[in-house]
Amino acid sequence: MSHAADASAPPILAASRISKSFNDVPVLFSVDFEVRRGEVHALIGENGAGKSTLIKILSGIEQPSSGTVMFDGKPMVLPPNGQAEAMGIVLIHQELNLAEHLTVAESIFLGREIRRFGFLDVEQMRAKARSILETLHVHVDPDTRISTLSVADKQMVEIAKAISRDARVLIMDEPTAVLSVGETQTLFEQIRRLTARGVAIIFISHKLDEVMALAKRVTVLRDGQLIATVGTEVMTPDSAAQMMVGRELTNLYPPKHEPDVDAPIVLSVRKLEAPGVRNISFDMRRGEILGFAGLIGSGRTAVAEAIVGLVHRTAGEVQVNGKPVNFTRVAQSVSAGLAYMTKDRKGKGLLLNMGLRPNLTLLTLGKHLKAGFLDFSSEQKALDRAVRRFDIRARDPSVAVGRLSGGNQQKLMLGKTMESEPDIIIMDEPTRGIDVGTKQQIYHIIAALAAEGKSIIVISSEMQEVIGLSHRVVVMREGRMAGLLEGAEITEAEIMRYAAGIKQSGNDERISA
Amino acid sequence: MSASAPDATVKPASGFRLDLKTVGPLLALALLVLLGISLNENFLSYSNLTNVLARSSFIGIIAIGATFVITSGGLDLSVGSMAAVIAGIMIIVMNSLIPSMGVTWGVVLFGMAAGLVVGGGAGIGNGLMITRGRIEAFIVTLGTMGIFRSLVTFLADGGTLSLNFQVADLYRPVYYDGLFGVPWPIIVFALVAIGGEIVMRRTAFGRYCAAIGSNEQVARYSSISVDNVRLLTYILQGVLVGVAVLLYVPRLGSASSTTGVLWELEAIAAVIIGGTTLKGGYGRIWGTVVGVVILGLIGNILNLQSFISPYLNGAFQGVIIILAVLLQRGRRAS
Repeated sequence: MSHAADASAPPILAASRISKSFNDVPVLFSVDFEVRRGEVHALIGENGAGKSTLIKILSGIEQPSSGTVMFDGKPMVLPPNGQAEAMGIVLIHQELNLAEHLTVAESIFLGREIRRFGFLDVEQMRAKARSILETLHVHVDPDTRISTLSVADKQMVEIAKAISRDARVLIMDEPTAVLSVGETQTLFEQIRRLTARGVAIIFISHKLDEVMALAKRVTVLRDGQLIATVGTEVMTPDSAAQMMVGRELTNLYPPKHEPDVDAPIVLSVRKLEAPGVRNISFDMRRGEILGFAGLIGSGRTAVAEAIVGLVHRTAGEVQVNGKPVNFTRVAQSVSAGLAYMTKDRKGKGLLLNMGLRPNLTLLTLGKHLKAGFLDFSSEQKALDRAVRRFDIRARDPSVAVGRLSGGNQQKLMLGKTMESEPDIIIMDEPTRGIDVGTKQQIYHIIAALAAEGKSIIVISSEMQEVIGLSHRVVVMREGRMAGLLEGAEITEAEIMRYAAGIKQSGNDERISA
Repeated sequence: MSASAPDATVKPASGFRLDLKTVGPLLALALLVLLGISLNENFLSYSNLTNVLARSSFIGIIAIGATFVITSGGLDLSVGSMAAVIAGIMIIVMNSLIPSMGVTWGVVLFGMAAGLVVGGGAGIGNGLMITRGRIEAFIVTLGTMGIFRSLVTFLADGGTLSLNFQVADLYRPVYYDGLFGVPWPIIVFALVAIGGEIVMRRTAFGRYCAAIGSNEQVARYSSISVDNVRLLTYILQGVLVGVAVLLYVPRLGSASSTTGVLWELEAIAAVIIGGTTLKGGYGRIWGTVVGVVILGLIGNILNLQSFISPYLNGAFQGVIIILAVLLQRGRRAS
């Protein structure tokens, strides 16, 4: 690896003792970070470690609660709303921000169109776009519509856009998450060309092998704290994984009660195929908590949606209590005793403009009919029960649930799911974005449900959670099962190895009996 | 961070704002009534009020259907043209039955049945294109609006379709007579409104309409057959247009290309004035009833006074609609 970086060069962009809180919830604690000319500096950490917040501060989208950002050695307040781009700090979001209907040339010059006599100089913009794309060795015609490009090419357009803005610092948030191996290689060549020209790159990735290959230095964040900034030459993927997750388990989690070895198998999935899902096979016993770990986009939600019939599966078999099932509508899976609780509370889980009662009973309204008409008192009783059972706290049950805290929304959604009295519950990110006290409550509820004989799949991006709750853990990677861990194998480092692709289960079809 | 404390974000002020939201249309109605009384002593007379309400009942019945469509996040622009087509087909059916059945109530009943069937059929057509065809409701009903309008012009051969005058005589009491001095249209409007209110508040269908309009994804993840509920709202709308036309045909006994022009505008306006959210997710039938009466009274008051030309009726209605939406948005922003 040749880097134009000079270790003694002063940093272009630096953060000094940056702290950030959102609504009194601290997410970053006095973090230092810097990037030098021509350097690739990787930023790693678990989901929720504070990486996104840090790069938002470094690109001016968020302002720090305390601490200073220095650009070219001078402390300054970066302008908000992406205006820092004019200073040469360009952030490329994970979900690329391109207008699908524009052409490549129009996208590159969006907001900075070249004008002649007050009219757009289309010819000149096209020519300039072509020359930029050529210097990047990108073979895309400037007149192509963005919507027809592959994700990798779109990313290249974003980079071209950044170059056209004379980017000095390029921040890339998980650029390889959606790329194939070949595309990733092309991207890396591109990044090396940029660093050779002196561009500083901040690179976020979950894939440790990539980080090792590309970066000169790595900064590890955990729970909003700076753990270390180290050179990649003194780092191994294992030590990186340790630093990312190394933390003691506390009694946040209830004690595990293993399901009986002769407990019947309630859910059996064989060679399931669906969009984004390849060859998934597993069994689950009555009373078992089965964790699904993996990176964002590794196909965990897709597996759940294919099982309950939100997405049609293309191949494979699913058995509930020994009977083959093929749900095509959610209503069928619900009546078979299988419920899915979405991770997207606000987009798919709750009607934010309505009160608690209609939200709780929406899935099971048929239970609250009397002679064809809604029985409000029966609904109210259900709400009273759910409020007690799940400790939902709202001063006024008629308040729109959009105004409840995330924790109370989550508990209401749990109550809604449990209203259908399922035997098998798939909980997708059951504690996303809620405070630690509520998390603990939810963990205990999950454990109690399992002890009652319910079987629960917990999909989570927080490894702590998967480890603290699950009897067994499926690790997903790129739509496939990378591994299935049991007992003492369930460690954060081991999960990370499978999730990041350092380790691959020898037998894809390994199924625990 | 304690374990989910009761939400402090719930401000007591929200209760007051909710009241304002409920009271708003009623307040506007009260102001209009006061204005009417101060302008003309005949305003409160029984004959004036029944006249206003009877004329408003066509729009009212259609607007109740529109409340369901809009609550579930849809829109039906075709109702005015649909009404014209239904009126035309009813008249053709009745006229063509006279030779075989004579001038009897049987003919009228057949005509009525034809009206309901055509209305329901038009609703199925709109609904299927929107749900199964996955075309925007705005586009589908804009298209059928044009189709229906040109169809009635074609059926009337560019002129007017007139009901056989003997049958018209027989049918006329359906608009002009009533029960205990209350004209039939008002009675039917009231019954449809009460039924609509019950369906909206007390049935799973009503709840599902609001759920789908609020967030279609949530509805789908909550095992609601989104397409079927949507389809039903358009069928209900069509049938209710049919009901309105059953009461409208005996009034004039004719149909032409100008029948029902801009009814869609008045129906949608009444729904929005009544407090139903244009984007869907929240609907109230009684609000729509208030909205219909407000629109009717504006026209009536303009006719009863002599300062402003009654030809400006449409302008006043337009201003009221825009104000109503502005108020809705203001509430959301606060």
